[in-house]
Amino acid sequence: MKILIKNGRVIDPANNIDAVLDVYINGALIEKIDRDIPEKKGDVHVIDASGAIVAPGLIDVHAHLREPGYEWKETIKTGTMAAVKGGFTTLVCMANTSPVNDNGSVTEAIVEKARSEGVCRVFPCGSITKGLKGEELSEIGEMFKAGIVAISDDGKSVKNAGLLRMAMEYVTIFHIPVISHCEDEDLSKGFVNEGRASLLSGLEGIPSIAEEIIAQRDMTIARYVNSHVHLTHISTRGSVDAINQEKRRYKQISCDTCPHYFTLTDEATLTFDTNTKVNPPLRSKEDVDAIKRGLKNGTIDIIATDHAPHDLTSKDVEYNLASSGISGLETAFSLSLALVREGVLSMKELLEKFTINPARMLKLPFGTLTPGKPADLIIFNPDTPWVVDTKEFASKGKNTPFQGMELTGKNLLTIVDGKIVYRDKGFGR
Amino acid sequence: MNWDKKDLLGIKGLSREDIILILDTAESFKEVSQREIKKVPTLRGKTIITLFYEPSTRTRTSFEIAAKRMSADTINISASTSSYVKGETLKDTAKNLESMMPDVIIIRHSMPGAPHMLARIMDASVINGGDGAHEHPTQALLDLFTMREKKGKIDGLNITIIGDIAHSRVARSNIFALKHFETKITCSGPPTMLPPYLEDLGVKVEYNIEKAVKNADVIMMLRIQKERGGISYIPSIKEYSTLYGLKASHLEKAKKDVIIMHPGPMNRGVEITDEVADGPCSVILDQVENGVAVRMATLFLLAGGDG
Repeated sequence: MKILIKNGRVIDPANNIDAVLDVYINGALIEKIDRDIPEKKGDVHVIDASGAIVAPGLIDVHAHLREPGYEWKETIKTGTMAAVKGGFTTLVCMANTSPVNDNGSVTEAIVEKARSEGVCRVFPCGSITKGLKGEELSEIGEMFKAGIVAISDDGKSVKNAGLLRMAMEYVTIFHIPVISHCEDEDLSKGFVNEGRASLLSGLEGIPSIAEEIIAQRDMTIARYVNSHVHLTHISTRGSVDAINQEKRRYKQISCDTCPHYFTLTDEATLTFDTNTKVNPPLRSKEDVDAIKRGLKNGTIDIIATDHAPHDLTSKDVEYNLASSGISGLETAFSLSLALVREGVLSMKELLEKFTINPARMLKLPFGTLTPGKPADLIIFNPDTPWVVDTKEFASKGKNTPFQGMELTGKNLLTIVDGKIVYRDKGFGR
Repeated sequence: MNWDKKDLLGIKGLSREDIILILDTAESFKEVSQREIKKVPTLRGKTIITLFYEPSTRTRTSFEIAAKRMSADTINISASTSSYVKGETLKDTAKNLESMMPDVIIIRHSMPGAPHMLARIMDASVINGGDGAHEHPTQALLDLFTMREKKGKIDGLNITIIGDIAHSRVARSNIFALKHFETKITCSGPPTMLPPYLEDLGVKVEYNIEKAVKNADVIMMLRIQKERGGISYIPSIKEYSTLYGLKASHLEKAKKDVIIMHPGPMNRGVEITDEVADGPCSVILDQVENGVAVRMATLFLLAGGDG
């Protein structure tokens, strides 16, 4: 199949391209990007992208697909359908499944399922420790052979610093990063950010230092053993400052934040809406401002979703008892486009954080429109308004604090490996 | 003056006028309790359920007496006898109770926001009888009622609250309510029991109890919330009692006509000595008496209007 995308504003940060160009896809690869590529006769599918932006497919370094083990919350099929709807063509899925992805056979099963049922690329993240228990190392080499691209005990930190040090040392033979969920469990007994909002709600607070202490610890260990650490879902001012400092003297540090950490503050929790419960918690206005500064000055390399789908019952309970997480794949990019309108990032900078930066972090050959590379790309309109309606979510997880919110900017078409896997109802028909 | 709210979930969300309306209404009901036949037909035919997931003596009894004095039918459900222990969710419990068409539900729960969840689900009026460390609105209202009764007014009062403020719904509701009046509020206790950003609520923080009680018109003592882990915030009960227990000598630093309040249950010898608790300045039992009148007022305003 050949696809010719005409007249779109092509933005490819990796190649420093931002111009109205045509993109010609031949089979699974991008063949050519140029001005006015002629429409050849034959089996070429022509798409008019006038007024829209053509960009590399988005890459999410942090998603929970819940399969195997929690298929009522999400499956690889529904999760990847949500992904392509939201503009993502590649996902990294976290290891906290049941069984935990802590050995080669679980990794193989996920890779196989993704190949047969997934509609975008899925790369598993293995666990650091067996059963996420923080006691002994998972079979990292076996998982690497089966296809993991990183290791993480996401959901918690590895409490034992000695064990984490070994993990960071050990993975250097595979050249993959350790993804750190930064949370000191002794300091984080609460349910919301510790601050003015928790004072009002009486919900027990999680102080920002619970994140910052572990962020600093994990960067220090990585530097000591010369390993790549990626700090995920960074949410506090102190973390941004610490990462900014540490990056000056050590290169193998990267980090991401999620749209909810620059869109909402902890004031959203005052309604006791359990859809605002997420880990780390929604933080203060000062933290939100610092996250935006970190995105702007490059301290924060990547925007991830931390897509954490849950069934209704897990959320329809008392705040303290509710599961943490936001179903984020279908809103993440639209929410992030607000950063461009606010002047925090240019469109190119925003796309960097969704495409080439995660690709480099994971050492994957995606995230660009370079001819000869896999044809993973999206067409989106940054000005199209739409209203978040969970009834229309492809994800099984309807848990979002953004329900009913009007967002501006919408993904219209997603191509993975040269195939159109998603097309917005209103586009191109 | 009109009452148009379906629920009473907290002091947050009430205006100064709302609070005064409840206190004025309570004043008219206080007289009912002093009659020989303590009963009026105001809520005849109304069904009132108390749903308590946490232990309570005063609050539950107070609500039940208030309801009965107004001729309502009352049903009490406590966690140990409810389906909670069988694993039913709060939502399902609420929906089941709703099917029986009650008029008012009073809920006490260890988790903040539980009454709000109930209020979203149910058509019945929901009264927050205490939700975790969040709010306990009727307690604050009866406290203000008692202050007004004893001092003639609330504006101009110096109020000192001492104890485990961080885990106290009573403190929160009182602070929210008292901030509607021209009051000076001082909070005292060990730093581990005073939540961060407390001063943002417009209260003064004073760790030294001797200084905290200076010139106080009202001293409100709180107990250590053992069930919310309060015990781990201090080295020992004995040390706490030495540093923050209210003793007769403290009262000399307060105003001459200071009143001593406590929401109960008291831990005698810990946060308050017998001498103070039973002394002439204590209005602790008046608070309990006024609680019935205030709860009659809230039930009347929520359920009585459509007679």
